[in-house]
Amino acid sequence: MLRKLTLLSIGFAGATSLCSPAFAYMVYVSNEKDNTVTVVDSTTMEVVRTIDVGQRPRGITISHDGKYIYLCASDDDTIEIIDTATHEIVGSLPSGPDPELFVLSPDGKTLYVANEDDNLVTVIDLESKGVLAEVPVGVEPEGMGISPDGKSMVNTSETTNMAHFIDTATNEITHNVLVDSRPRFAEFKPDNSEVWVSSEIGGTVSVIDNSTREIKHKISFEIPGLRSEAIQPVGVRITADGKKAYVALGPANRVAVVNTETYEVEKYVLVGQRVWQLAFTPDQKTIISTNGVSNDITFIDVATDEPVQSVTVGALPWGVVVSPN
Amino acid sequence: MIVPGATLAEISTAPGFSFRQYLVCLKGILIREGLRFLNQRERFISSLVRPLLWLFVFAAGFRQVLGVSIIPPYRTYVLYEVYITPGLCAMILLFSGMQSSLSMVYDREMGNMRTLLVSPFPRWFLLVSKLFAGVTVSILQVYAFLAVAWFWGVRPPLSGYLLVLPALFLSGMMLCSLGMLLSSMIKQLENFAGVMNFVIFPMYFASPALYPLWRIQESSPLLHKICLANPFTYAVELIRFALYGQVDWHSLLVVLGCIVLFLGGAILAYDPSTGLLVRRQDTGGNA
Repeated sequence: MLRKLTLLSIGFAGATSLCSPAFAYMVYVSNEKDNTVTVVDSTTMEVVRTIDVGQRPRGITISHDGKYIYLCASDDDTIEIIDTATHEIVGSLPSGPDPELFVLSPDGKTLYVANEDDNLVTVIDLESKGVLAEVPVGVEPEGMGISPDGKSMVNTSETTNMAHFIDTATNEITHNVLVDSRPRFAEFKPDNSEVWVSSEIGGTVSVIDNSTREIKHKISFEIPGLRSEAIQPVGVRITADGKKAYVALGPANRVAVVNTETYEVEKYVLVGQRVWQLAFTPDQKTIISTNGVSNDITFIDVATDEPVQSVTVGALPWGVVVSPN
Repeated sequence: MIVPGATLAEISTAPGFSFRQYLVCLKGILIREGLRFLNQRERFISSLVRPLLWLFVFAAGFRQVLGVSIIPPYRTYVLYEVYITPGLCAMILLFSGMQSSLSMVYDREMGNMRTLLVSPFPRWFLLVSKLFAGVTVSILQVYAFLAVAWFWGVRPPLSGYLLVLPALFLSGMMLCSLGMLLSSMIKQLENFAGVMNFVIFPMYFASPALYPLWRIQESSPLLHKICLANPFTYAVELIRFALYGQVDWHSLLVVLGCIVLFLGGAILAYDPSTGLLVRRQDTGGNA
């Protein structure tokens, strides 16, 4: 009898461990208005702590080893480095004026920063914390995307309405592609074949062929009952298998799920107000949106594309990044 | 010839039935209610069309395309059609409960009621069986509605479809027993139209079925208080929480309390010796 009970309890323990939730990742959200970063546990979906940071935090990313967070403190004209173990600011990087958004190179050594007020892309070496180069680009640079092989980088300029392709070896612009009004974000497809650029005012996502550097398709969005001006694409993320893309649609309060083969919108996921940026958890099971006006983030299940839960964070959440481990 | 009054009382309180005999009685009443429902297809269709109209037409007009703010039990933003679905489930129960009562008034007028009430089983058992039969039929209607709503994009978690069953049953019992209590006070079928206007509609509109309570409170504190005094409010919330796998204990207690109150009242009212029915018949006779 005792043996049976032991076996049963082992079986139960095994079953529970199989059913146990995914590994807890830390979600870091930059809150533009109250100068904080909110840390949220991805499993419990609860706020773990709030870190005071510099003024107007926007772009946020994390080192590949998960030890440091890099944060654009736009109004302080600096990039702050936060230790993820202590949640303390441990240093800063010379970003140039008004850094808004940046991208980390695949080898984790170089940071490419868009300086909105200076019409520059600043290239920073993370080891020496020095500026390697400054690349003049169009007016109001914002979106930053880097190819999976790290050889080319795309910057979008909001006012010039262009996607600038920059060779990362020479730090020079090789191609300029005219896209729709106010391009906000650039994202390479994992197989390096395409670059997706969102245009906030144009209401479209331009799919640029990475070999020809020409637009091969434009994705537009339509939500019944919503005027087209309210549909403003911003953040874009593509799954690691390259099959689905998620596009944050700003004041439409929705994230569009796009089939990357057919370029058809498969679903609109209702989230909070003025959805801005997106980030996957490393296991790609969840994608998280920042909802600026409703001061919350929404966890979306990638398998079902259903919103799971919204969590209140700081004031005007802007950027989001998830710890890699 | 069956004479109502004391003779009936004597027959209906005859003790000493076995459990099996009770079951036979319950089965008879269930079959009768089921047959009535099956034979009145238009009743089934109308019971389905009413909430579907609200879902397709009303909810489309008030769509709130940018989502309803997060309120428990919802964990994120929902569309208006998702919000009003639990209220529409409760509406089916409300109409069905009242319709079931309507049938009692009809039965009484047509004399069918006597067949039931002269049964030697205790009166309370007959009434509870009748309630049970009515609620069972209305729960079937709710599930038919939820199935159509699923295709309309209203998709609560699958477990919710099972967990909502006890909530539907209790809410149905509460509303049906309220209808039964009301039916005891109505002498003629025609008076039932008054029930529609003075009971069903006020109960439905003064509840969180259509708008969240916080929004009602913002626009009218008085209406908010009325909503809180409305038993239907708690039926809606009980169903809403259950559909999302949660128990709203406050609503559960209120609904249970109301069942005891309304059912007790109905049993008293239909009691042949003390009931309102007898008094009414007496009054009717004297008039």
